[in-house]
Amino acid sequence: MKLCDPSVPSVTTTLATSSPKSVYEAVIGLEVHVQIKTQSKMFTRVAAGYGHEPNTLTDPVVLALPGALPVMNKAALDAIIKAGLLLGCEIAPVCKWDRKNYFYPDSPKNYQISQYDQPICVGGAVEIELPGSARNVMGEHKKIPLTRIHLEEDVGKLNHGATDSLVDYNRAGTPLMEIVSDPAMHSAEEAYAYLSSIRATMIYGGISDCDMEKGQLRCDANISIRPVGATHLGTKVELKNLNSISFVRDGIDHEIKRQIAVVERGGTLVQETRDYDGQTGTSQSLRSKEMAHDYRYFPDPDLMPVKVDAEWKARLQAECPELPFAKQRRFVERYQLPYSLTSVLVWDRALADYFEEAATLAGPGKAQAVGNWIVNDLLRELAAAHLTLATSKIRPAHIAALVQLVDAGTVLTHAAKEIFIEMAATGDLPDVIADRKGLKAAPTDPNELETWCRDSIATGAKAVAEFKSGKDSAINALKGPVMKAAKGKANPKLVDETLRRLLAAM
Amino acid sequence: MSSAPQLDIDHIAKLARLALTPAEKATFAQQLGEVLHHIEQLSKVDVTGVEPTAHASPVFNVWQADVAQPGLSVADALRNAPAQRDHMIAVPKVVE
Repeated sequence: MKLCDPSVPSVTTTLATSSPKSVYEAVIGLEVHVQIKTQSKMFTRVAAGYGHEPNTLTDPVVLALPGALPVMNKAALDAIIKAGLLLGCEIAPVCKWDRKNYFYPDSPKNYQISQYDQPICVGGAVEIELPGSARNVMGEHKKIPLTRIHLEEDVGKLNHGATDSLVDYNRAGTPLMEIVSDPAMHSAEEAYAYLSSIRATMIYGGISDCDMEKGQLRCDANISIRPVGATHLGTKVELKNLNSISFVRDGIDHEIKRQIAVVERGGTLVQETRDYDGQTGTSQSLRSKEMAHDYRYFPDPDLMPVKVDAEWKARLQAECPELPFAKQRRFVERYQLPYSLTSVLVWDRALADYFEEAATLAGPGKAQAVGNWIVNDLLRELAAAHLTLATSKIRPAHIAALVQLVDAGTVLTHAAKEIFIEMAATGDLPDVIADRKGLKAAPTDPNELETWCRDSIATGAKAVAEFKSGKDSAINALKGPVMKAAKGKANPKLVDETLRRLLAAM
Repeated sequence: MSSAPQLDIDHIAKLARLALTPAEKATFAQQLGEVLHHIEQLSKVDVTGVEPTAHASPVFNVWQADVAQPGLSVADALRNAPAQRDHMIAVPKVVE
């Protein structure tokens, strides 16, 4: 893994145009808004939530009725500090609240409570993985440095009609984190990986569900281009409404190409805000809001500052889970799992925990088999039956027991697949199912097995010759008749051992 | 009376969504100028070694536990709205 130095344009994206003189590099910074999962709002205790009837989650503070006073939500503070710790930020010992003043109907107060010059989290970095050369190959890892994370309140939702706009204040006042990256990304792929990593981190930490369709995770991108090798920043365009993870990649890609096209034509880029439409894959300039950025911030006199001491931080640090990439490195080291398995297992915390429980129950040397069953069979079964890990009848103990049965040669692979399907339906343990359905390899009489093996060797001269000349896999041709004689129930380990013993004696 | 040079009463009025008459502009420009003049005097005080603060009293961490309480009914929430439709407040069409 290598650290990303934003001053060094390490990634020359595939933006090279026909002229070798005009090779551009994109410089991208993301502002990611994450709604914190709390019961009540940031500065008042009316319920927070999504999908409720319009204007049913309001109270005097949300509506800014005269005399209403804000009071902080302790859980939201815990959550943002935890987010900061997970992303390696410095937690400010003291921070305060500021009013960001603007007139827009999404904010009943005509200001939004936010943090201006004293964010609660400073610095930090997000580890990302870029796509590898193939699906089963790990890609390059980088750390994208963060500028800050601050806490604020979400605003209401406007529904634009033909002649007027309708305002719903249910969302207003929901705790909202803004995670600001340095302008340190250089391609849409990096931005995509960055957002994916933040999303996984927040879900792992229990900080947010990050459902983009519900607006729990939102992303704006600041994008500019410059000739490769240049160190100055070009004219910045802010791209808004990147409302799904794939829109983030497509929208940024589109904007980079648009900027290059403008410059190649001899045009000049203007600093503006553009709106990306993911449905059409196009963007349009939003009328620049004159003086929109003159927010006249000042400290909110209604809210006292926040002081975070070492004890508070330590308590939250103790609650911080192992993050996906760290888990992936540990899975590789401890269980010798291939990337094709870890890259599926670690991104879902419940799935990773499930795997570890099953692998531990199965015992040493069986983790990969456990991982294979989970990634290849269990996930397919869950998808087909519209179940989740929590509602599946197959528990880690089932997987572990099945792996042990196969490993001991008690059941054969094709019988194990049948057992698996039965486990999913009944929740019975594999041993019980194998007995009930007669799927166990028969406890073969050694003499009988040896007779079958001798018969197979006697009639399989070609395979014997090949085996003797060094082609080890030729032994498989000799196993078929034995299994047939045993009606498919011979222990394959014993068959293999017996054949090898007899062949060696020839 | 000295008016602070950086004071642009038109700009300030526009940010605050206030339509001021010329006479009001003159009045407020003078008053705000005096406020800024006073701040300028304050900024001459030597505050070396004084920790910046936004509040006079050293009170921190005033919070509540995250327990949801009932809020307003939709009818109450919309009571002050001059226009409403579909349980929402209707405002002149705004496009960002």
